Amino acid sequence: MIRVELIKLLRSRRTWTTIALIDALPILVAVLLAITNLGPRPGTGPAFLSAVLTDGKLYPLAALGIVLPLFLPIAVSITAGEAIAGEAQQGTLRYVLVRPVGRLRLLVAKLVSVMTFVVLAILVVAVTAYFLGIVLLGDQDLTTGATSVSGTSLTTQELAIRTALALGYAMLCMLGVAAIALFFSTVADSPLGAALATMAILIASTLLLTLDAAEALRPFLPTRYWLAFVDLFRDPILWREVVRGVLLQAAYVVVFFGAAWANFATKDVKD
Amino acid sequence: MIRTRGLTKRYGRIAAVSDLDLDVVEGDIYGFLGPNGSGKTTTVRMLLGLVLATSGSAEVLGQPMPKAASQVLPQVGSMIEGPAAYPQLSGRANLKLFDAMTPGSGLRGRKQRVGGALECVGLAGVDSRPVRAYSLGMRQRLGLANALLRSPRLLVLDEPTNGLDPQGIHDIRDLLLELNRAGTTIFVSSHLLVEIEQMCTRVGVINHGRLVLQEQLNSLRGPTGQVRVRTPDVALVLESYAAHGAEVDARSPHELLIPSTDPAGLNAELVRAGIRVEELALERPSLEQIVLAATSAGSDDHSGISFDESDHQAVGHSETLEVGR
Repeated sequence: MIRVELIKLLRSRRTWTTIALIDALPILVAVLLAITNLGPRPGTGPAFLSAVLTDGKLYPLAALGIVLPLFLPIAVSITAGEAIAGEAQQGTLRYVLVRPVGRLRLLVAKLVSVMTFVVLAILVVAVTAYFLGIVLLGDQDLTTGATSVSGTSLTTQELAIRTALALGYAMLCMLGVAAIALFFSTVADSPLGAALATMAILIASTLLLTLDAAEALRPFLPTRYWLAFVDLFRDPILWREVVRGVLLQAAYVVVFFGAAWANFATKDVKD
Repeated sequence: MIRTRGLTKRYGRIAAVSDLDLDVVEGDIYGFLGPNGSGKTTTVRMLLGLVLATSGSAEVLGQPMPKAASQVLPQVGSMIEGPAAYPQLSGRANLKLFDAMTPGSGLRGRKQRVGGALECVGLAGVDSRPVRAYSLGMRQRLGLANALLRSPRLLVLDEPTNGLDPQGIHDIRDLLLELNRAGTTIFVSSHLLVEIEQMCTRVGVINHGRLVLQEQLNSLRGPTGQVRVRTPDVALVLESYAAHGAEVDARSPHELLIPSTDPAGLNAELVRAGIRVEELALERPSLEQIVLAATSAGSDDHSGISFDESDHQAVGHSETLEVGR
């Protein structure tokens, strides 16, 4: 079943259109930066964006900082929100289940498919950003190594490892979103409803983060540690928030995937 | 092949299906009849494990459903409430995907299985157009091909000829009869009585979620003990047979119903009496009469009406829709 879902994902023109759209924003930003040479002042704007004018190899991270807060979660909400509700609306869910495909197996296959989409999207963004960074933006430190956020310098190898960790961390954050959307997809009748419910949770979480009165809730909000990947580029690495982020996302995945399964396993399929 | 005992499904306080005892025997073409909204589809979904019964039990191919779904369903082909497919893919690509979903189905032979199923339903020459561009009739055929993909022992079909033109209906009926001769048991639910009458060996009638009739079609349609006679000499016949209980058919002034179990003897008698006989046949009840009698007994009157309505709609469908080949 996983293979079937992957075929459907990779053959769908929409998958690639969505990835292209996600990729378009960092491309636009890179071009604008290259033309104007006007970066945000250090400490403002998306993470790493001020640093890329001197070191283009940091641009994949800047690009990640650009797509992670909004673009990617929206795409994941829509893709995962469609997983069950979309098949139900299309009428294919009943034919999938009478093949028979076990309900848990179907949920796992759907989650794997959404994660494949996330990995593809993040890799496409990272690879385009890397080349754009090298070609269009600063290449000052190619020989001496990149500069960490803390100001010390990193070797190219260190930078590569930390970039890979950051990409992995971003993928895990999106897995949390995917699990939430998958749960709503088993509850809602329409794929749009599932996607909107997921986005509502993410927006509420972002809003509550800015509210001092909601301080007690902060450590449990799904978007709380999303940008903690920046800490991977401090010297030494500041693990605290990254580790909390990993644990929090893992908890979201377990809870919401469990809820999705509990709901779907005994659901009457009437569509 | 299918056996349910006390099968019941409630949605809140409403019982969609109550206490259903179905028996479908191997080799049957079983017609499952009922007005729209009578519980046919809910029953079919329970048999296939899509809807979970509130109480009662269902056995399919001798094994409990939905518990043994993973062993039972690979041997069952089904079409539930109209066909469905991934609209952006071609019919062939759709079947390949569905074939790949079946547990234990390898790449080996997939092409033949898909090709064979498409050929069966008359879609062998189908091009690579996406299903989105298919006519309703083509989708229906594709849905049937999907059901036939794994050469099932049991076919469960919900309204299989919906949206087909008369030629399409004829093709599908021939196909089902042929499959049945080759040993496939067929459970077909429909509100089109004619369709069932021409094909089925046994019928079950459901109304308001309850099974009101389950019988061999032959015994249901057994002679009524009357012979229908068409003659220009109605008055002459009444003269000599009124005492036996002969009466003019209310629907046609030139036809009489005469109590008799021996049409040949009656014919000889009539001719000897100088009565000209145009037509003469044993009177049998039509399936429509049987079903209407069964569904109107003990229920309010809207069941009969909904049958009429749905028949009209179905006729409208087949007249207005073109079936692409």
